[in-house]
Amino acid sequence: MVVTAQRTPLYDEHVRLGAQMTNFSGWVMPLQYSSIREEHRAVREAVGLFDLSHMGELSVTDEHLAQRVVSRDLAKLRTGHAQYAMLCNERGGIIDDVLVYSMADGSHFLVVNAGNQDSDFDWVRSRAPSPLVGEGRGGGSRELVLNVGRDWALLGVQGPHAVALVQRLSDQDLSALRYYAFVEGKVAGVAAIISRTGYTGEDGFEIFCANRDAPGLWRTLLEEGDGDGIRPAGLGARDTLRLEAGLRLYGNDMDADTNPLEAGLDWTLSLDNDFIGRDAILRAREQGLTRVLAGLRMLDRSIPRHGYPVVNGAERVGVVTSGNVSFTLGYNIAMAYLPPALATVGARLGVDVRGTVAPAEVVALPFYKRPRPQ
Amino acid sequence: MPDLSAMRFSQSHEWVKREGDAATVGISEYAQSQLGDVIYLELPKVDQALEVGGRLGVIESVKAASDLYSPVAGQVSEVNQELKDHPEYVNQDPYGKGWIIKLRGVKDNPALLDQKAYDAFVQGQSGS
Repeated sequence: MVVTAQRTPLYDEHVRLGAQMTNFSGWVMPLQYSSIREEHRAVREAVGLFDLSHMGELSVTDEHLAQRVVSRDLAKLRTGHAQYAMLCNERGGIIDDVLVYSMADGSHFLVVNAGNQDSDFDWVRSRAPSPLVGEGRGGGSRELVLNVGRDWALLGVQGPHAVALVQRLSDQDLSALRYYAFVEGKVAGVAAIISRTGYTGEDGFEIFCANRDAPGLWRTLLEEGDGDGIRPAGLGARDTLRLEAGLRLYGNDMDADTNPLEAGLDWTLSLDNDFIGRDAILRAREQGLTRVLAGLRMLDRSIPRHGYPVVNGAERVGVVTSGNVSFTLGYNIAMAYLPPALATVGARLGVDVRGTVAPAEVVALPFYKRPRPQ
Repeated sequence: MPDLSAMRFSQSHEWVKREGDAATVGISEYAQSQLGDVIYLELPKVDQALEVGGRLGVIESVKAASDLYSPVAGQVSEVNQELKDHPEYVNQDPYGKGWIIKLRGVKDNPALLDQKAYDAFVQGQSGS
């Protein structure tokens, strides 16, 4: 079987900008354009532009189905708002982490990880009541779940100058748009869903539009954002930014064998709701957790990386799931699974860096929080 | 662009510049561009003996940790202490202030490539 890496509608833009491309979850994506450090800094201090079109989107038109597969109480999610939530299997393991959007037509729009979009679709569909089509509004039939990720482009505009930049190009009043709210409107003349969300720890937007409109919108944002210090930013900076912000990466920091309590994602669970995996999560809570995700600050210059063991004296006690330099903080940081008794702020542990134990200290997550506007 | 004619290159992308039986070692422009932002180097101790292809240290970029290999045999006489605080020198000036170690008692390694042969080798690696 020949697996061809998929391209987003912005592929040619990345090549034109001289990006170093990489294969990510079956997609050929920009890793960096100039320097991860510079792109990271642009997002923290000015504004960065990301191609997130590889992300998947599912449209779930059946409310009961959406409620059954998503870890949060969707009755409390108002139209025009989004929430971070888990999809769990029956064992309480995380199948994916998603953003759930409550749409004006009553459907729910799930933004899922690129590499999971087809398996998520199959999984949600397998939990649907049969037949897979229900009665649509006006009497026609409708699919209960649609896999629409490849129909949508997604651009991230992130950083302290993001709101002003997108506002200048939009017909909507975006200053009134609260964090985790979204609105349908135009950006640079392009029909879009403008969502005040992100994966960088900064304010900004994620803008959904049709594939055909994406290159024009991308170029306009770069041109119009020139005075704001905009830079295109690749997956490299996306990873260092999300790590500083303590945001988990699916496949690195959690997977189908991790339950949300271990991953420190209790706040994404509406445990009064009977979602798939709830009972297993309640049992795990009752039995007590054997590991939890914690933050580590390195006390020397060693770089912790995914898979490196965490040690307490001579004993191996845990494992690093994500680690790197923190450009913003000026030291090196990691997320690691640790026994709960050791996951206390200030605890001194070590990370086994290629055979040498480097000292580390448990710190609170997130590592970095943006300054709140006055 | 510095004069690279006096430099020799390994297929693992280190360069070496001989001065008598002493030499300076670093990584090539192509190597730094592939690694991206260098954030840390694990370097050998002075006096450590290195064989051709022997591991001389580790270079870490944001993306990954990679081994460095000695392009020639010799003894470490100096390591670039500046890189502790400024690992980005390797990106900014790989043939100048981004040098990594100096060696003494260096023996010739005829398998190394001159600039032209190295450029052709890199073309063959990246061009597809």
